[in-house]
Amino acid sequence: MRRWPFVGVVLAVTVIAAAFVFGAVERLGAQAPKTLVIAIGADQTGLDPQTVQNNESGFIMATIYDSIVNYKPGSSEVGPGLAESWTISPDGKVYTFKIRKGVKFHDGTPMNARTIAEDVDRAINPNNPCYVFNRKVDTYDDFTFGSVKAGNVVKVDVPEEYTLRFTLPEPNAPFLSSIAMVWQGIVSPAATKQYNCDAGQHPVGTGPYKFVEAVRNDHVTLEANPDYWGGKPKIDRIVFRIMPESATRMLALERNEVQILADVPPADYERVTKNSALKLYTQPGLTILGVAMSNELGPFKDKRVRQAMNYAVDKEAINKGLYAGATTASQGMPPVLWGYNKSVQPYPFDVNKAKALLKDAGYPNGLSADMMVSANPRGYNPIGGAKLGEAVQSYLAKAGVTVKITQYEWGAYLARLRREPWEGFAISGWSGDNGDPDNFLGDMFEWDTVNNKARTNNNARHHNPEYDKLILDGRRTSDQAKRAQIYEKANAVLHDDAPWIFMNHTNHVRATRANVKGFQLNPLQMFFHMELVSLE
Amino acid sequence: MWKYISRRLIQLLPVLFGVSVLVFFGMHLIPGDVVLVLLGEKASAAELERLRHQLGLDQPVYIQYLRFVADALRGDFGVSIRTRQPVIWEIQQALPVTIELSLAALVFAVILGITIGVISARRPHSALDTGAMVFVLIGVSMPVFWTGILLLLVFGGILGWLPLGGILDTSLTIRRITGMPILDAVLQGNWPAVRSSTAHLILPAVTLGSVLMATIARMARSTMLDVLNLDYVRTARAKGVAEGGVVGRHALWNALLPVVTLIGLHLGLLLSGAVLTETIFALPGLGRLTITSVLARDYPVVQGVVVIGAVIFVVANLAVDVLYAWLDPRIRYS
Repeated sequence: MRRWPFVGVVLAVTVIAAAFVFGAVERLGAQAPKTLVIAIGADQTGLDPQTVQNNESGFIMATIYDSIVNYKPGSSEVGPGLAESWTISPDGKVYTFKIRKGVKFHDGTPMNARTIAEDVDRAINPNNPCYVFNRKVDTYDDFTFGSVKAGNVVKVDVPEEYTLRFTLPEPNAPFLSSIAMVWQGIVSPAATKQYNCDAGQHPVGTGPYKFVEAVRNDHVTLEANPDYWGGKPKIDRIVFRIMPESATRMLALERNEVQILADVPPADYERVTKNSALKLYTQPGLTILGVAMSNELGPFKDKRVRQAMNYAVDKEAINKGLYAGATTASQGMPPVLWGYNKSVQPYPFDVNKAKALLKDAGYPNGLSADMMVSANPRGYNPIGGAKLGEAVQSYLAKAGVTVKITQYEWGAYLARLRREPWEGFAISGWSGDNGDPDNFLGDMFEWDTVNNKARTNNNARHHNPEYDKLILDGRRTSDQAKRAQIYEKANAVLHDDAPWIFMNHTNHVRATRANVKGFQLNPLQMFFHMELVSLE
Repeated sequence: MWKYISRRLIQLLPVLFGVSVLVFFGMHLIPGDVVLVLLGEKASAAELERLRHQLGLDQPVYIQYLRFVADALRGDFGVSIRTRQPVIWEIQQALPVTIELSLAALVFAVILGITIGVISARRPHSALDTGAMVFVLIGVSMPVFWTGILLLLVFGGILGWLPLGGILDTSLTIRRITGMPILDAVLQGNWPAVRSSTAHLILPAVTLGSVLMATIARMARSTMLDVLNLDYVRTARAKGVAEGGVVGRHALWNALLPVVTLIGLHLGLLLSGAVLTETIFALPGLGRLTITSVLARDYPVVQGVVVIGAVIFVVANLAVDVLYAWLDPRIRYS
């Protein structure tokens, strides 16, 4: 009785010590030999490809599903998927796919042209009981297949058991890239039926890994599909662990509790590169960030003024200082995209050239303009637009351009960008969807010649008939090599037009344990081709 | 007592009404177009219209509010915009984890806090006392995220004694029964999982409980010092009660009353601390659900979490008040 407080202390210490020991023992017997753990920052929101569009869901779905065509390893070029080969009609409207034989879904359902068509039907047929648009979802289906409401949806039919045919209302070459997206992975129709149109928590595909279980906000477990048509996966299990705190993820990688980090903050790059047990993968991302200028209003109507703005800003310094080296300077198009013109370089930092151009354009004493920014961080601009705006403002001041910054809440910012004929500067950016050049050059900089207005995301209201014709040609040409040539030309025109101050591309960075072999980054940033990855 | 409890429960209603109004109209205070904010820069006009209709934003505001309240009373907080699962399902997945974490933190704080407090009070101004109080001062001053990252770095990273977050080792699985990992593992007699989930809970519980532990220790020390100088303690000593009995039986129970109040006041701190703790240690609890939903502007989930959180907070405070009155007969239910 006399010593009871000490008993309490001893008890507490014993409990804690025992747990420490348990913890240590646990760790010794932890990893089964062929389990690969991938740390991701947030949970998936569902695993039915047609009904989600967020990175984390995509990361996981890329291991479960195949699309009709798949991206080639490490590239946004399209290669065989569930279809072994395809032909495109001379008018560019009919796509005929030869479907792979002998492939089964994870639930045993045979995969053939009919099962694919049945799954695609959910996206394009309002009378399908599982019609995606009746199900309160975020979806890429409009984007890929066209919209039923707008009357421009594709038709699909099955002339033979292993032949699948799409008929497009208009020639649209990016269609091929779009059906390769993880968002168009093919789901077993039997599973869709079994789970009452919502197989999002019971995903069944044909991919290298099969779904085992998902615990909300904790992990998702997958196991190898030994019958995978692309070869048996080299790892038995993949676990996606959800770890929101980047410091925790980094420790877990160092302690080999995790073998791949889906995201690495710039501050940790050195920690990875200096550790011989770890490996850093980095390449420019499929994003673009810049400062849009009002191409049809004010002084920015003059191309020379827009070019001057590009010369006046030191992109490299901003990339180092503001983005900690986690970005790559931009010439207008992401370098990982095919169709990128290698001979076009980002505008160098040259204040004198900027002043000379301004003088040529009739502004020898400089000019002043408004700039709209929003502090909201985006995938293409993790630090938010307000900080970038200030940096650009101080550089432009040196070239004699006075900038008045107004900051808006994100919603108000978008509303202004879209609805008002704003004049001056506005921070703009984009993250790629399908890895097709049209998805950058078209969506962001094309003039809709039919309706004679800027396309929805052409914030700068860029309008150049020569450029618009190239984009239209690119969409109407089926041959990929020819398309690449067209986009290289368009890239050069865009750079010269300088509708934005082109800033940078957010680098796509992942870290792995050094014993992870066969891992490759992909411009789409998904975990494609995980069947090729092994642990040594 | 029952009258007291029922009156307190009735007082809950205006509180919940206030919470529902705040939570509901918060969504309408966002500048700009809510659906544009939700869908981002790529949304087409048709998509904006569809979401506006789904969220009922095309209805008059008072109708939207009445509908929200009517559904909420039935436990229906709508469907998450992010995951399309019912909000109540999302909360059911997350809540048990937070309850287990909070209870563990509470147990840690109470046991260690009182122990330190009592030891210090027994030998006031000794080196032991000074040392303990410095330790406690550090505990009370460190922000939760700092304590968490530091503990993680030392015990998880450098020493490698404890796991780096999560609820269970990746090589193990448990079937979900209550949703509380340790309890579920015990119920299934899965001892490796019990060990693993306990090891996973230690650092988060210490992190979350550290501020409360320090506060309890200080409070226990000062009330214990007061009590030990009271007449009845001297009487107890005079009649020859052993020192352990004097401290443990006579003094401690009386010194504990303010500690109970303290716990009641700190319950809110445990709930808000759970946001940070669960993020650092990757625990799939209510705090994580809250922060994820706020960042994703997932309004239905935020609304649900805030309302449920308010209910838990108010009910827990009520429980503490009742406990207090029960412990101290001098306090009347009035």
